[in-house]
Amino acid sequence: MNNKNYIPFNKYPKLYPSSVLKPVWLTEVNNTIFDTDSSVLCYGKGKSYGDVCLNEDNTIIDMSNLDHIRHFDKEKGVIECEAGITLSKILEFIVPNNWFLPVTPGTKFITLGGAIANDVHGKNHHVAGTFGNHILEFGLLRSDGITYNCSETENTDLFKATIGGLGLTGIIKYVRFQLKPIETPFMYVENIKFNNLDEFYTINEESEKIFPYTVSWVDCTTKGKTMGRGIYMRGRHATKSEVEKNFMHKDGGIPFPLEAPFINNFTVKAFNKLFYSKQFKKHSKQIVPYEPYFYPLDFVDGWENAYGKNGFLQHQFVLPFEASKEILKQIFELIVSSGMSSFLTVLKTFGDIESPGMLSFPKKGITLAIDYRMEGSKTLELLERIDNLLIKNDGRIYPGKDARMSKEHFHTFYPNFDKFEQFIDPKFSSSFYRRIK
Amino acid sequence: MIKNIYVFGATSKIAEETIKHFAKDKANFYLVARNSDKLEIVKNDLISRGAVSVHTEKCDALEYDKHESTIENAAQAMGNIDLVYIAHGTLPDNEGIRNNQAKLLEEFNINCNSTLSLCSAASGYFEKEGKGTLAVISSVAGERGRQSNFVYGAAKSAVTEYLSGLRNRLYKSGIKVITIKPGMVETPMTAEMEKGPLFAKVESVGKTIYTKIKNGNDVVYVPGYWKLIMGIIKSIPESIFKKLNI
Repeated sequence: MNNKNYIPFNKYPKLYPSSVLKPVWLTEVNNTIFDTDSSVLCYGKGKSYGDVCLNEDNTIIDMSNLDHIRHFDKEKGVIECEAGITLSKILEFIVPNNWFLPVTPGTKFITLGGAIANDVHGKNHHVAGTFGNHILEFGLLRSDGITYNCSETENTDLFKATIGGLGLTGIIKYVRFQLKPIETPFMYVENIKFNNLDEFYTINEESEKIFPYTVSWVDCTTKGKTMGRGIYMRGRHATKSEVEKNFMHKDGGIPFPLEAPFINNFTVKAFNKLFYSKQFKKHSKQIVPYEPYFYPLDFVDGWENAYGKNGFLQHQFVLPFEASKEILKQIFELIVSSGMSSFLTVLKTFGDIESPGMLSFPKKGITLAIDYRMEGSKTLELLERIDNLLIKNDGRIYPGKDARMSKEHFHTFYPNFDKFEQFIDPKFSSSFYRRIK
Repeated sequence: MIKNIYVFGATSKIAEETIKHFAKDKANFYLVARNSDKLEIVKNDLISRGAVSVHTEKCDALEYDKHESTIENAAQAMGNIDLVYIAHGTLPDNEGIRNNQAKLLEEFNINCNSTLSLCSAASGYFEKEGKGTLAVISSVAGERGRQSNFVYGAAKSAVTEYLSGLRNRLYKSGIKVITIKPGMVETPMTAEMEKGPLFAKVESVGKTIYTKIKNGNDVVYVPGYWKLIMGIIKSIPESIFKKLNI
């Protein structure tokens, strides 16, 4: 096994493990896996943007073989899977059964274990909270050799510490969680252009009341009146009658096959239509498959390589609403002046549903995620300046997308860390943990 | 219509990735492998995916005397068998065993003799029934012996040739014999190998095999480009081939 394959998605930092274990069966995930002198850390698909998934000069446990479904209740929409299964494989299975993930991030190529360890969020945070809000139970193997069943009622502290616990509390072996029902694999989507941040706030306030999914792409390259212009995308799962009506007209009365999201050409076209259409109206409405809506970048295989071998950094923060309008403008000024922003900037609001996770990132407010090419100190200094604004205004940074925040800042962002620390398994560590502890 | 499926080596990744598609079609399964705990994991996965019933039996490939009874048990448990799918195997360290007689024979027993034993039991059953499909995983490695892999290759070559003859013999009885020849596939069996561009994803290999079994093809290369590659490799004159480092 090549240890150099174990890097984060953004290729920075590159900190290689000294050894890699890759269990093939869940039965091999028992106390013998801890028979090593070094610390261990589970690794899923390496889609974190930074060092939370790395364990330099120590052991990585590659979980990707552990992808079985253990139980599925088709009536109640409750599924139990091994933690190494990807959301993509879960979707392939549940969507034809008219169920959907309760919460999904912008890529489906992450593992279930990773979704819990980073307590991922999605476009529906304002109505559904984080992934951790939908977990019914998981099995956690600790280095004492015991597998703890963790839920809201059993081993509650471990449950709360593990959700968003960055993989430091043990090995998540299997997870049972609640799915949400859908009528079709399609989305009803409305795209609205906005010219500046003030317009964003207006559209957002209205949209969040009526749409379960909202997100915006923002242009981080213009100043003045159009600073913070972008496209507001709001959507919901389409109903059967909407889909039939939509495709009947176009296909001359032939009912559109509902399995269609798995047809590649179709979805790629839909993706282009959704985002790059030249006749983009001020306000457009359409029915599209769920994949280009939720996972636009999954269609561009290897887009992360566009940043070159030095990789890039993603910086995602949340700011409380009260401060956000003013501070967001200051942050935009900083970014635009630096000329370093990328094409991919995502703006979204978090609602007030609290995650059970002790170390969870989302909290009520506005969140902005931006990619920056890694240009050494120039990039790092800009981010440090943004962090300083966040510290003063009760903001925080997402550890799952961090490779550089300072130790002091981390502890200010996450005052719960002291409480969390007692649940860290002594056999577990990560490059991130050693950097910030 | 393939409804009742017997699988030997049911805990192999390729087997799993194939049969999960049959589970979606609401098939019944009789799974055989050497480890009961792993069988239980596969069983639960198939049931979750829509399998109507899943029976399991523990049997090692080298327990030849149990082969026939596993097929009888399967026929009894499911009513009859439509498909026998043989997918077990190991990938030996060629250099480490080529001069080790005991190891060499053991590898041959696992990858060739046990397969032939199972095929003969399956064809006996199908001939009595007058119908059925036998699908067996062989390998492109059986097309020409290479210095890096000739013990495994020789075993798979024997399997391929045996299946060719069996297909010929059973053709008139209406029994299908399918020879599946995967190339290099990313599975736990090849975990230690350096991955080149020719390595295929096990998910797509499994899905292709599922489709080909349903179509009833005779000989299947997966992915298809291996037919071309092996055609070229087979066409190299021996006087040159012996000097190559492959």
